[in-house]
Amino acid sequence: MKRLGVGGWVILALATVYFIGPLVLTVIFSLWEGRGHYGISAYITLLQRPNIVKSLLVSVELSLATCAALLVLLLPAMVFMNLYAPRLRPVFEFIAALPFVVPAIALVAGLSALFTGPEWLIGTPFYLVIPYFFLALPYAYRGIDVGIRAIDLATLTEAGQSLGAGMGQIIRLVVLPSLRSALVGSTLLTLAVVMGEFTFANVLLFHTFAVLINEVGQNAPTEAAALSTLSFLITWLAMAGVLLAGRRGGVQLSGAR
Amino acid sequence: MAIVEARGVSKSYNGRTVLSQLDLSMGDGELVCLLGPSGCGKTTLLRIIAGFITPDSGTVLVGGKDVTALPASARRMGMVFQSYSLFPNMTARDNVRFGPRVNGVAVAEQFRRADHLLEMVGLASHSGKYPHQLSGGQQQRVALARALAVQPQVLLLDEPLSALDAKVRAQLRDEIRRIQRETGVTTVLVTHDQEEALSISDRVAVMNEGRLLQVATPAQIYREPADGFVARFIGAAAVLPGITEDGAVRVGEITLHADAARQHAGGRAVDLFLRPEHVRLEILNGHIPAGAVPADVGDITFFGSLTRVRLTLPGGHGIWADLPSEHAEQFKPGSRVLARWDASAPRVIPRG
Repeated sequence: MKRLGVGGWVILALATVYFIGPLVLTVIFSLWEGRGHYGISAYITLLQRPNIVKSLLVSVELSLATCAALLVLLLPAMVFMNLYAPRLRPVFEFIAALPFVVPAIALVAGLSALFTGPEWLIGTPFYLVIPYFFLALPYAYRGIDVGIRAIDLATLTEAGQSLGAGMGQIIRLVVLPSLRSALVGSTLLTLAVVMGEFTFANVLLFHTFAVLINEVGQNAPTEAAALSTLSFLITWLAMAGVLLAGRRGGVQLSGAR
Repeated sequence: MAIVEARGVSKSYNGRTVLSQLDLSMGDGELVCLLGPSGCGKTTLLRIIAGFITPDSGTVLVGGKDVTALPASARRMGMVFQSYSLFPNMTARDNVRFGPRVNGVAVAEQFRRADHLLEMVGLASHSGKYPHQLSGGQQQRVALARALAVQPQVLLLDEPLSALDAKVRAQLRDEIRRIQRETGVTTVLVTHDQEEALSISDRVAVMNEGRLLQVATPAQIYREPADGFVARFIGAAAVLPGITEDGAVRVGEITLHADAARQHAGGRAVDLFLRPEHVRLEILNGHIPAGAVPADVGDITFFGSLTRVRLTLPGGHGIWADLPSEHAEQFKPGSRVLARWDASAPRVIPRG
């Protein structure tokens, strides 16, 4: 193994400070009670706010719903594109990159003009799943694409068919388990994107976690810092949960061929 | 009983004909190799038999039953791929029992079959390993066991040895032959490697440009190639263009004796095919006997037990002679020797 060297350590240290510094300062600020006192009062006030649990739940539900939508719509579409219509790949690539190009605010305007119903959807926060789907699309697409490229999907499918398996069995028993790590990665990114999304929710007047952070930040800065810290913890816990769930079974897929 | 039959099978892609009106039948328990250069249509034919490709016209029959319209999953044919294609998320044992499992075989029987087949391919002690923990040769053995686990009517092998190194390839080739004999399953093997085809097959089907040129035993293919392509493709042979005379072929200024020339009218343009193992060399001592030609020794290539000597005939045409190595030592590059062969040895095939 090569040695890191002094230059390498310096760069690593700088990067660590750059990433960890703001986080540590946020935590310290969240514990500040004024005049040199430190304590957890900000957290206590925060947790006593009536709408905190509600908005947190809304965000978590939205994350899960967006993940579900991506898994149900995007994954089969990508599998079938790779198997039966590889020529459509450039179209998929283009669509998957589009959300990067369109500003969130333009997307919101277009969305509210386009979707005026059904009533049961547009009145609830789950309306946000539609824009969130597109927001998370590039990340989810990349993750799944890497996974599909790592396995020889076409031949694995043919191997399954020649052994008498139907498409459903092949997807359930071979494709999904083989894409496990890719799906875990895509789910993590989607969770992170949705948990932190502010623009859509704020413009469309839904009270999500990110909107709440902003609101609190306007008038109670230490509470806002406490909230940020909590939201970090929650997102990390969620990611750890998905990672652990994904790792169960202990299959390493790197050496598939 | 012919268990697998392709009748009048044609396939073209974007106007390019890949298979044209091809007929092939394979007997029960027979191992047939589809042999040909890349792009000759051999893999397309295999995939049509497997059910992955629908032919434009023609039918595929298995045991006399038309299966052309059946999807691959309903054909009960075990297939082994060049790229192994084991399911990466399953152990060797789970890979092998996949077929029985999706076909609703009882769990105990799935494991019994998997263990039996892994034993047969010599991997009983590796049954708990994942594909990435196995070598290429081992993965291909598992793939073979997996294909056999569905108790296939036909076993299809698509260049199964191409990705392996030479030593493993030879071992696994023998093993495939042994297992095929043991199980008695009708087998179609696609390869571009003539040595592989000749050593493993009951019959070889030589293909070129979407047509079957010759279907015969390896010995027949080697000794009596049906046409110029087969003669060129199988084994090494010098090809000398000439004109038939009585019991000989005139090549430029020299006459090479060949009994086979009598099968054709005199004065006909033909190719004379001469295999290196038929050519003998003698030291030239001034006198040239009937049936022999003078030749200049060129490059000498040592192959271990054999040595291949390149010779130039008067007029510039080249032939080769394979000699036992100890015998070849007496011939030096640049020297002039006497080359001769039995008149029955050369093949004479009309040109064009």
